[in-house]
Amino acid sequence: MITGNNVLGIIFSNAYEDSVSELTAARAMGSVPFCGRYRLIDFPLSGMVNAGMDHIGVITKSNYQSLMDHLGNGKPWDLSRKRKGLHILPPFNTSHVGVYRNRIQALSGIMGFVHQATEEYVLLCDCNVVSNMDLNNLFRAHEQSGADITIMYRHGVAPALRDHINLGLRPDGSVEQVYLSSVGGEECSYSLNAFLMRKSLLERLINNAVSLNQTSFERDIIQKYADRLNMHGFEVEDYTCTIDSLKSYYNHSMQLLGSRGFRDLFKPERPIYTKVRDDMPAMYGMGASTSNSLIADGCVIDGTVENSILFRGVHVARGAVVRNSIIMQNSFVGEDTHLECVITDKSVMIKPHKSLCGAEDFPIYVGKGLVI
Amino acid sequence: MARKMECIAMLLAGGQGSRLGVLTEKIAKPAVPYGGKYRIIDFPLSNCVNSGIYTVGVLTQYQPLELNDYIGNGQPWDLDRNDGGVHVLSPYQQIEGTQWYKGTANAIYQNINFIDRYDPEYVLILSGDHIYKMDYAQMLAYHKEKGADCTIAALEVPWEEASRFGLMITDDDDAITKFEEKPKNPSSNKASMGIYIFTWSKLRRYLIEDEAKADSSNDFGKDLIPAMFENGEKLFAYPFKGYWKDVGTINSLWEANLDLLNPKVDLNLSDPDWKIYSRNPVSPPHYIAPGAQVENSLIAEGTWVEGQVDFSVLFPDVTVGKGAVVRDSIIMPGTVIGENAVVQYAIVAENAVIGDGAVIGSRPEDMDNLDDWGVSVVGARVNIEPGGKLPPRRMTNGTIVKEVR
Repeated sequence: MITGNNVLGIIFSNAYEDSVSELTAARAMGSVPFCGRYRLIDFPLSGMVNAGMDHIGVITKSNYQSLMDHLGNGKPWDLSRKRKGLHILPPFNTSHVGVYRNRIQALSGIMGFVHQATEEYVLLCDCNVVSNMDLNNLFRAHEQSGADITIMYRHGVAPALRDHINLGLRPDGSVEQVYLSSVGGEECSYSLNAFLMRKSLLERLINNAVSLNQTSFERDIIQKYADRLNMHGFEVEDYTCTIDSLKSYYNHSMQLLGSRGFRDLFKPERPIYTKVRDDMPAMYGMGASTSNSLIADGCVIDGTVENSILFRGVHVARGAVVRNSIIMQNSFVGEDTHLECVITDKSVMIKPHKSLCGAEDFPIYVGKGLVI
Repeated sequence: MARKMECIAMLLAGGQGSRLGVLTEKIAKPAVPYGGKYRIIDFPLSNCVNSGIYTVGVLTQYQPLELNDYIGNGQPWDLDRNDGGVHVLSPYQQIEGTQWYKGTANAIYQNINFIDRYDPEYVLILSGDHIYKMDYAQMLAYHKEKGADCTIAALEVPWEEASRFGLMITDDDDAITKFEEKPKNPSSNKASMGIYIFTWSKLRRYLIEDEAKADSSNDFGKDLIPAMFENGEKLFAYPFKGYWKDVGTINSLWEANLDLLNPKVDLNLSDPDWKIYSRNPVSPPHYIAPGAQVENSLIAEGTWVEGQVDFSVLFPDVTVGKGAVVRDSIIMPGTVIGENAVVQYAIVAENAVIGDGAVIGSRPEDMDNLDDWGVSVVGARVNIEPGGKLPPRRMTNGTIVKEVR
């Protein structure tokens, strides 16, 4: 039986950053705000912790200040430990390669960390997949199938991410073919980019690839070894979304409002942990009107909020109307201002009597700290 | 020997708070939830940290389980320290026998060894039943400036309410010249807030003397401070301005919660320079469903509102069903208000279930006789049957219904 404490977690905090370049201009993918009070990394991290994993490395590349600030010493995830715990792994800048440019180089840069870990298995994860599944089911499936590598996948419309893995599966769940696609949109079994394998196998594959100067984890490892290694797919049926663009970020956020997906994502038995901010509860004033919205702590609402997500510490002044919008931390919406289909980044100030209107398939994005 | 500290705080958290009735059946008063996400003890603890006092002894006695669990290692308040930090101090066995804390002074007396470890110059005595924000560092500076042996924080209360308090009469220099305990005709409106700073060497001596007196009730207010006063020690009243409320009764707890909704009340909990820290819930943002109506209220994480909420404080993970009405009420964590239930002028404690269509409390406007009106209380984990009813000014723990006094 594979138990969580025998699995080393590795999270790529920068993967697919360029797909939401607006949100990642000043931060890593893992610290992109999501669902009112979270950062994307909270989901894989909490999932691992809830499955008993207690040794987790977070691979970073650039712009990781905000991520470091968010993760701190790992205390909110109960990962502030003497033994094991949370390790932030900044890029290992060797003189001849520079900062890593792909997953293989990234992993080769942390081989020291991987080698020293005492766990027998390793689970690799990205941050652009939002899910709250019981990873113990994955461990069980891996053991039962006897696979060398188990790949988490979902059946549905594939995301449009560069070199994204789609799986051709046999009826027994084993992988017959590995396809790489960058277009997305087709109905298939697409990978959620979570890979479970023996740590020793990962070490061998990476060392091999590095010595052959290979660069693509997807092509040179997963695709190339598809017929040599026993790979299995593990289908995730719980709520899961993959963010591949600002539009999909917006749509996936909006779909959480009051939905089954929301209840699926926030199960009391598997809480999603995040950094504590010690805000007071949200305050609704006289004449406030709110409908179908998620509101985080520290908000002050005196206006109208409909079909929207308000992050922590957002103020909506009297007479303001916020509709179909995502307003991030500490933003301020002035009196009689009208927002529709808008995403504001953190600490945006929208002065009174303004009107900003995007469309549902084209939300307007307002960058961090802007004053309008 | 621990590192020397200039000032340490001792927080008296052992009281039962019997006037809170069903709310303190299973928990000590300082652990009673307040303000949508806090517990009463968050206020003195946060004040300590914000004032630069990082060594706090919390004296517990009555139902300490939940309180101990809540305080834990003190991390939410930054009180997990290498030197000092928060310490929970319960009564313990000694060679002479085992004693409960007999009174407030005796509780400190039994922990002289704890205080001596830090060899402090001053000791701050706090209690766990008040809601206020106060910079103890300023009070300590005042204590030093006056060369006082004991400084008592004083609040100027409205004259018409003065007779409910322990009052201090002072000279022009704020030196205390007389005490009056709940007098009929008050000659001062400076009420004691139950916050004391003592010069430790003095307090230590008086604690030992007080313990030796067989007829003493070992209480700061009744015995120790009067003894100091009679012996001509220097006692000063420290003038405090700002919000302060004793939440010792159902009505005052209810009022103190609703005070947060009143913009005129001077109690800002979102001040970044004076945060009130607490053990935070791990819950998603709260959700206001289509058709819900929320005004004039505080709502915490994890709550799900489909009904109507007005002038109320909702703690984390509360559910308000469709058609339900919650007005002028305080709903503590995890409680479920069923569809079409009506909760008015009530405090509903943690994890209670108010069945569909049940009616809790009543508005004063709807009463024939206002003498029968008052705040109603539903205890923790109580299940009110669908269609059930709890009249105004009544409290229930699920088995018996009592009058709220």
